[in-house]
Amino acid sequence: MAAAALLPFSTKVLSAAPPAETITPALIEAARKEGKVSYYTAMDLSVAEPMAKAFEAKFPGIKVAVERTGAERLFNRLAQETASNIKRCDVVNSSDAAHFITWKREGWLQPYVTVDIAENVAPEMRDPDGTFVNQRTHLSAMAYNSSLVKLEDAPKGFNDLLDPKYAGKLVKGHPGYSGTIMTATHQIARALGWGYFEKLAKQKVMQVQSATEPPKKLEAGERAVAVDGSDYLFWMGRERGVPIEVVYPIEGTPLIANPMAVFKAAPNPSAARLLFAWIMSGEGQEFLVNLSGQYPANLKVKAKAGRPPLSSIKTMRDDPVEVEKMADEIKAKYARIFKV
Amino acid sequence: MSSAAEEKAVGFARREAGRGLDFSRPILIAVTALLVVMIVLPMGWLIAYSLSDKQGTATLGNFVTLFTDPSFVDPLITTLIIAVSVSAICCIVAAPLGWLVARTDMPLRRIVRTLVMASLVTPPFVGAIAWEMLAAPNSGLLNQLWRSLTGMPSDEALLDIYSLTGLIFVIACYTFPYVFILVANALDRMPGELEDASSMLGAKTWQTARRITVPLALPTLLAGALVAFLQALNLFGSPAILAIPAGFHTLTTRIWSLFQFPPKPELAAAASLPLLLLTILLLRGQALALGRRGYAVLGGKYGEPRLVRLGAWRLPAAALALLVLAMPLFLPYAALFNSAFSRVASRLVTLDTITLHNVRFTFLELSSTMPALKNTFLLATLSATLGAVLALLIAYIVARRAVPGHRVLAFLATAPLAIPGIVLGVGLFLAYTRPPLTLYGTLWILLIAFITIELPAAYQQLSSAFHAVHPELEEAGRMLGASRLRTLADITAPLLRSAVIATWCFVFVAVIRELSAAVILFTSETKVLSVLIFDLKESGDVGAIAVLSLTMVAITTIVVAVANRFGGGREAGRLHARTAG
Repeated sequence: MAAAALLPFSTKVLSAAPPAETITPALIEAARKEGKVSYYTAMDLSVAEPMAKAFEAKFPGIKVAVERTGAERLFNRLAQETASNIKRCDVVNSSDAAHFITWKREGWLQPYVTVDIAENVAPEMRDPDGTFVNQRTHLSAMAYNSSLVKLEDAPKGFNDLLDPKYAGKLVKGHPGYSGTIMTATHQIARALGWGYFEKLAKQKVMQVQSATEPPKKLEAGERAVAVDGSDYLFWMGRERGVPIEVVYPIEGTPLIANPMAVFKAAPNPSAARLLFAWIMSGEGQEFLVNLSGQYPANLKVKAKAGRPPLSSIKTMRDDPVEVEKMADEIKAKYARIFKV
Repeated sequence: MSSAAEEKAVGFARREAGRGLDFSRPILIAVTALLVVMIVLPMGWLIAYSLSDKQGTATLGNFVTLFTDPSFVDPLITTLIIAVSVSAICCIVAAPLGWLVARTDMPLRRIVRTLVMASLVTPPFVGAIAWEMLAAPNSGLLNQLWRSLTGMPSDEALLDIYSLTGLIFVIACYTFPYVFILVANALDRMPGELEDASSMLGAKTWQTARRITVPLALPTLLAGALVAFLQALNLFGSPAILAIPAGFHTLTTRIWSLFQFPPKPELAAAASLPLLLLTILLLRGQALALGRRGYAVLGGKYGEPRLVRLGAWRLPAAALALLVLAMPLFLPYAALFNSAFSRVASRLVTLDTITLHNVRFTFLELSSTMPALKNTFLLATLSATLGAVLALLIAYIVARRAVPGHRVLAFLATAPLAIPGIVLGVGLFLAYTRPPLTLYGTLWILLIAFITIELPAAYQQLSSAFHAVHPELEEAGRMLGASRLRTLADITAPLLRSAVIATWCFVFVAVIRELSAAVILFTSETKVLSVLIFDLKESGDVGAIAVLSLTMVAITTIVVAVANRFGGGREAGRLHARTAG
């Protein structure tokens, strides 16, 4: 099932998680006193900023600062800030689940569990010690611009993309910047071997950075086919009337978990907990689902109508433990093959 | 920074109180110490890091990697190709254009001159993004236009901006104005009598041009070529926008990529040194080239140069000049406006599709916009003010030889010219992420970077202004019993006012568009506008980028216009003319 391997350890290990909490008037009051909260995320701004505004509307007097960049750059930024004793991050949410293993080991994450998480989030979607939880799941899908590619010419899977007819027509994100692509690169390399990327690199691929950019390049008509990219953005474009068709590769679609955690050094600890708790609540999760159609972690919240159910898609298995070990190697190999 | 400024103020105040006491030495020491903190310390760490491995043991391994690993050698070669090509293109375009504007009766020549200068307000990375909108192979507006005109199939393109030639073109667009200004100014100053004499002796127009004008202008052109070479060598923004999608690195983007996790500061430091050394070498070359120019202006006053009559070529010449201007100015700004008010940058906005979506998103939703605007303004204002004060102080000390050892100051104030922005960024990062001065993560480190980068230009501008004010005026003041500070305030300052304002503007504009040092030194709390635009580029939010870029350029233009009203550039020019005569 989805994000089955989010966890490095079996849930049978004795849990060190703190007791589950709810949003109490005292928490809201304390958060309001702090007045602000910073949310580090890799999620596209078209979803993250409206979500922040919804939180601000729900809890007036608390301003959310969204710090968005690719998950790999976010990881770097947090490492540099922490090393320089700069305390700014309150809540962190990233598309590279491996980062949470590192941060937990470093002791940077504050264990915090809400009743919503304890009751409505599947155990394999959360850390037994309560330091992080999957906020939502998305996929790194393939897609094409249907005004540039005819249905019968459309690729059905990764290997189809090696056809010479796609040379110069592909756009792709970069694992050195994007957590989605890092996770996806690991899964594709495991399934198809690095030789696949070596062949793909000969197809004159346009290399962009974040997984949020291929959907935009497709919409602009700059390239006809996206090798990868955040599925929810392809869908959101399509729902806006952009001629985009989403493809779930026959070899399997890379699965991306998006964990979230409260930072131990959070300068606004109460507002951090409040934002975290609200995002995991039915209301927060519904907001995310309604706006973007990503797959919710809260089991009480239904997936967006009109999107294929996650269970109907053949997904690849994510493995943050392996990604954590191999991240540097993946970046180095990728940079050597694609020259950037 | 402020402490040094205070010390300086205190020094002057004491001098005022106890006239006769010599406070020259403390001032010299304070200013020197400040410059050491700003320049020597970061460069020292840079060299130290480049010679050590992760554990801090001494090694030459970084340089071995640098010159053997293809992932460094390729960018190095690419960078050299870019720099040479840009330099050549800039000369080929700027020399004729400068001549047309300065020495012919071409229509619109004043407007052309102003517009070329105005195109310098555009940050090069914004220009690169705008050219992406114009000449991306498939979605680029110019390619679409060409396809609709010629019926070229949809998978072929006239222009491909994501290529080495595309990058060279875009860098040249925003570099040739520097060469143009040098050439046009040199041609302005060139004595008309020499050309007159040549024509009187029976030489044809083209012979005069070949024998007199070109040889006289050649040293300037050479200097211009070096300036263009240096610009292209050390530029970060445009390559970061265009080279990565094209699948190659330049040296500056490669250095930046070394700050990806896990950061490799030792390699970044080592990779910075070739840029530093090459820049120093070329600046020596430029000094030699410009030094030779001396003979052209020796011998006092000359008449206004005579304008060459273009005759039938007047209109074609003007059309050519406007075509050149379309590249850095008309086309990119059209694309930015289109993108700002359109949902998709690749579609031409019409009355039906015009939308304020991007404006709303940028100013109402994007939570980084306001903090970035605030930071940028604060930094630009502070850097401009402190930078101008510091440059003024150094220029005064050096021009009036106020203290022994003033030459050291002049050297330190011009030294940053040899430090590329990204190299300074790396150096400051290494120097100030550790005690005793942990400035990383504060606005101070950006302030130091910006002042350091702009100090040479500010110093040169003010020092030439000082040279234009006759010391006799000050000496008269001193002889009548006024203190040095009094003389400075009552006599020198009013004469320098317009030069100081011009310097202030110059630094302000330069800080607003700075990216290469900021991209290494910013943290999420200290994000500036240029870095925010760069972050938005990563996720491909071009609509918001267009809105922010236009805002940035609008602000810059307004500040420059207002400052000019208060007696900036033009008046400064007049002052020079007056006092030098």
